[in-house]
Amino acid sequence: MWTSDLTLMMLEGVRDTLLMTLLSTFFGYLLGLPWGIVLAVTDKTGIRPNAVIYKALDVLANILRSIPFLILLILVMPLTRAIVGKTTGSIATIVPLTIAAAPFIGRMIESSIKEVDHGVVEAAQSMGAGTFTIIWKVLLVEARTSILVGVTIAIGTILGYSAMAGVVGGGGLGDIALRYGYYRYKALIMIVSVVLLVILVQIFQTFGMRMAVKLDKRK
Amino acid sequence: MAEMIEVQGLSKTFETDEGRVEALQDITLSIEAGDIYGIIGMSGAGKSTLVRCLNFLERPTAGTVRVGGKDLGAMSEAQLRMIRREISMIFQHFNLLMQKNVIDNICFPLVIGGMKKKDAKKRAQELLEIVELSEKATAYPSQLSGGQKQRVAIARALAANPKILLCDEATSALDPRTTQSILQLLKEINRNYGITIVIITHEMSVVREVCSHVAIIGEGRLVEQGRVSDIFAHPKTAEAKELILKGSGTERRTLEDRQRELMKGKSCIRIVFSVNSSFEPVIANMILRFGQPINILRADTRNVEGIARGEMILSLPDDPGVQEEMKAYLTERGLAVEEVNGYVD
Repeated sequence: MWTSDLTLMMLEGVRDTLLMTLLSTFFGYLLGLPWGIVLAVTDKTGIRPNAVIYKALDVLANILRSIPFLILLILVMPLTRAIVGKTTGSIATIVPLTIAAAPFIGRMIESSIKEVDHGVVEAAQSMGAGTFTIIWKVLLVEARTSILVGVTIAIGTILGYSAMAGVVGGGGLGDIALRYGYYRYKALIMIVSVVLLVILVQIFQTFGMRMAVKLDKRK
Repeated sequence: MAEMIEVQGLSKTFETDEGRVEALQDITLSIEAGDIYGIIGMSGAGKSTLVRCLNFLERPTAGTVRVGGKDLGAMSEAQLRMIRREISMIFQHFNLLMQKNVIDNICFPLVIGGMKKKDAKKRAQELLEIVELSEKATAYPSQLSGGQKQRVAIARALAANPKILLCDEATSALDPRTTQSILQLLKEINRNYGITIVIITHEMSVVREVCSHVAIIGEGRLVEQGRVSDIFAHPKTAEAKELILKGSGTERRTLEDRQRELMKGKSCIRIVFSVNSSFEPVIANMILRFGQPINILRADTRNVEGIARGEMILSLPDDPGVQEEMKAYLTERGLAVEEVNGYVD
């Protein structure tokens, strides 16, 4: 039967999932934003082509993105222990989540920036704008809507990954669904956890897209 | 007058996957301060590359570009960025920041030049008055028409008080009437602020409208340059002739209006020469035979189903008897004759 303890557990699950997702997204962008910017800028069509830097970041992104998340979880355990001090729980899960999210976010940033009309960049160059000015005042501003849509996608994806971390005791709703629903055959708990995950994704998706549309001045 | 821009032996070669492309070869030209200088050529002639060499957005493979006596090729990246603030540019597709409103777009070159936001806004307001768009200050580019966008782009280009304004096909995306108003604005700017203007275009009418000098570019080479009036009157090269013929649109329209007036109250006929009838000088013979002058209102050749046909519109003498005889004379010689009352295109 459903008890108040279970309700409390579910609420904690929601809290942990939100914590993992949002912090991982934040750290993911801390790494992925510069990663994507450098990829877009150093590509041969970019404003500062540099084949060596581009190739290095390109290959690293491909390697990290091709490792299945469950394997990555286990591979980075030593690093997780070094940073957080333990390998289980939602705080520890932030480390592999960030590492998985960063190259994926970098790719999305790269593609968002490459969508910016080259003519606008050329106009800025003709006014004497330098590389950093163009990045901050042209590329990121013009790509704003696309980047925000990317954030929405990233949050949804990271939320899904965070649930996967339940397999190794990662905490959050995924952990609950797995431990109670799968190992102990408590179908109800599993269903409730999954429904809560769906609702969370829905909220982020709706909110993110609304923001993106509202901030888009191209209409 | 002092030379504002001097281009010496400029060449530009692109290395592409398909091999070397020689976009520009050995271009030498000089543009005087305060001039409105046209650079005209067919698309693909290399004129857009040439204009980008004038502010070193494209670095020439060979040759020198001097702006105000300073050699751009000898400058560092930082020095180039500084001198680019004196060389503004406007574009075919306006290239405004779509996510920024009109005022912020105009402020952009000022802010990157280090001006305080408040002062920049004040200056932007002044510029909006010059281009007559004050009421659109807080609009976004997507809410403006093409002509309005180009006005904003011009205001933005003028913001940093440039010495030179480069216009890369600035009117090519605009309808004829808007093109007129933008060209008038450019003329005013040239007159009121003494800014040297370089206009890149493929339309002869644009050059004729505003430019004092013109350079004709064909296949990456400078084929002809000089005063617009001279080149228009005596084009020396095939490229120049072709461009002038193509660009005669406005001339023709006024000519047609005149023809319409001439035809009023006159008896006019339209004759069409077929292939066989072009051997004999029919009109000349007819005038000799009747001893009466006729007025040729229009003569043209046109392609009808792949065959070139000559067409003429003649205004005949007032005597109805002579008119009938002339028509008969022409018909006898195998020409198609029809009476025209209004103007037939």
